[in-house]
Amino acid sequence: MAKFEEGLRYSESHEYIRVEGEFGYIGISDYAQHALGNVVYVDMPEVDDEVTAGEEFGAVESVKAASDLISPVSGTVVEVNEALEDKPELLNEDAFANWIIKVQLSDPSELDNLMDKAAYEAFCAE
Amino acid sequence: MNRTLYGNLIFELSKKGRKGYSLPQDYDRTHTTAELPEALRRKEAARLPECDELTVVRHYTNLSHNNFGVNDGFYPLGSCTMKYNPVINEEIAGMKAFAGLHPLQPAVTCQGALEVYYNLQESLAELAGLSEFTLNPCAGAHGELTGLMVIRAYHESRGDVRTKVLIPDSAHGTNPASAAVCGLEVVEVKSNANGTVDLEDLERLVQLEGPNIAAMMMTNPNTLGIFEPRVLEITEMVHKAGGLMYYDGANLNALLGECRPGDMGFDVMHINLHKTFSTPHGGGGPGSGPVGVRKGLEQFLPTPRVKKVVVNYDLPEDGPTEWEGFIIDWGANNEELRTKNESNSDSDSSLFPPHPSLGSVGNFFGNFGVMLKAYTYILSLGSENIKQVGPLATLNANYIKERLRDSYLLPIKGLCKHEVVFDGLVDKSTGVTTMDVAKRLLDYGYHAPTIYFPLLFHESLMIEPTENESKETINAFIDVMHKIAEEAKTDPELVKTAPHNTPIGRVDDVLAAKQPVTTYWKAKTE
Repeated sequence: MAKFEEGLRYSESHEYIRVEGEFGYIGISDYAQHALGNVVYVDMPEVDDEVTAGEEFGAVESVKAASDLISPVSGTVVEVNEALEDKPELLNEDAFANWIIKVQLSDPSELDNLMDKAAYEAFCAE
Repeated sequence: MNRTLYGNLIFELSKKGRKGYSLPQDYDRTHTTAELPEALRRKEAARLPECDELTVVRHYTNLSHNNFGVNDGFYPLGSCTMKYNPVINEEIAGMKAFAGLHPLQPAVTCQGALEVYYNLQESLAELAGLSEFTLNPCAGAHGELTGLMVIRAYHESRGDVRTKVLIPDSAHGTNPASAAVCGLEVVEVKSNANGTVDLEDLERLVQLEGPNIAAMMMTNPNTLGIFEPRVLEITEMVHKAGGLMYYDGANLNALLGECRPGDMGFDVMHINLHKTFSTPHGGGGPGSGPVGVRKGLEQFLPTPRVKKVVVNYDLPEDGPTEWEGFIIDWGANNEELRTKNESNSDSDSSLFPPHPSLGSVGNFFGNFGVMLKAYTYILSLGSENIKQVGPLATLNANYIKERLRDSYLLPIKGLCKHEVVFDGLVDKSTGVTTMDVAKRLLDYGYHAPTIYFPLLFHESLMIEPTENESKETINAFIDVMHKIAEEAKTDPELVKTAPHNTPIGRVDDVLAAKQPVTTYWKAKTE
């Protein structure tokens, strides 16, 4: 069964964000990695790229499907998780420990549009 | 058949120095490469397999027996319309009078072929409810791109810059891909709980993007096999915003003879002859993706085109005689205009107004052999029988739906059209997935249905039986599907490790996707 982690904010397209100060770590939820199955490739943006809430910033490819990554917030990419380039399967091993990009938030109020753990868990159960 | 021996790779059957050919004694082996520049000449012999002729024949015959096609068994691959390819199609397409033609030979020497070509254009227009068709595009996605280019050309001809294409989230992946290749931006339209277009979301997007909307692309029935009941409202909404409606003909089989995209308000569409009109897919192909347009858009269609003309002669002996014939419209020299336009892209491009036709989109006339097969199919069925295609395909899909819904989860209830989508097993407690079910089907001699598409569900299993199958075939398939659902409960490992009866067992999808090794020597050295 999928795990849900406390303290994160979740989007309807199954990305999470872990906020630390003015930065946020964005990844896909455990529910999403379960649904995708074995991940074979992660297409990530580059450092200094701008991301916009609700818009695509990359893609995750599994043996089942390719799925766009939708940014839950707007901001600037300050780091990408390079480990995923060689080992995309890390997303299957632990989706919450292996974030995909780190962004500097440009509008923290966007976080209010996202779900907390309880709301997201209920959303997935639908 | 000796699979153990001849089923090895041809490289593994190789013996150094063994030859299946002999060259003339005076053959000069330096002759073929002597003229090549030094840098292009091979320094060492290519490591080709060396086998005797009989071994080669047995090896490839063996491989061919591992193939599975419509002629081997039930092939319910959803969204692909794997219908029977009648043998008479091959017979007609193989006739020397057709197969020996050259695309550049004078029209007067191939009137019969041009007549077939013209008649197929007309037949498709009639079946689609549109004005004219081009047969040039060589596949479905090629047709999509051509259709979108027609739409772009139409807007540009009116000085109207429109860059957005509305596409439902359930669409085939080729729709957004074609739009992107055509330089257009995709805007996704949500589906409602019934799996059809959410009209509120569409209304919102039409308000938001109005004058930017070039077109909306749709399949109907959609990828869930559900007919869009409000299609007339949808086409009206998009037309009011100034956009055109594009019909993806992938699912046309469901409607063939029953209703027509043109009557639903679509302006441009493509047809997959290799789906709806019984020509082979894949290895037996190639494909063909004719594009049709409604009245008023004909001038944008690509060239060459075949046209019918009537000429009046005043013959010395017979007097005035009417002659009906077919000519080739090669189009204006679009290539030259296009090149000029591009080289002047920074200056005023109105100095070089483009000819309205797109010009050539492929090789000459498209895949003529495929057109012969499609036209043969249309004539074989005739106008009466072709009306039964859609209803029978729909009946078969609904029969499977109703008989499998106890074992397989049916997310969208109600009547479907030519295909049905399940969301995996009803009982998922043992962890058996749609992939496992598909693999297990191979053990029972069935081609797997389409899996993990559409993306609306996590465990999609999409079955399209087509109109050709007998009740016995469908019943046998249903029994096997129930048996697999039972096995998933009683012996899940058996299903999870399937297939067991195929020449190659469960392949490692992950390794194949991450580290594809596509040559024998690379595999040997790594």
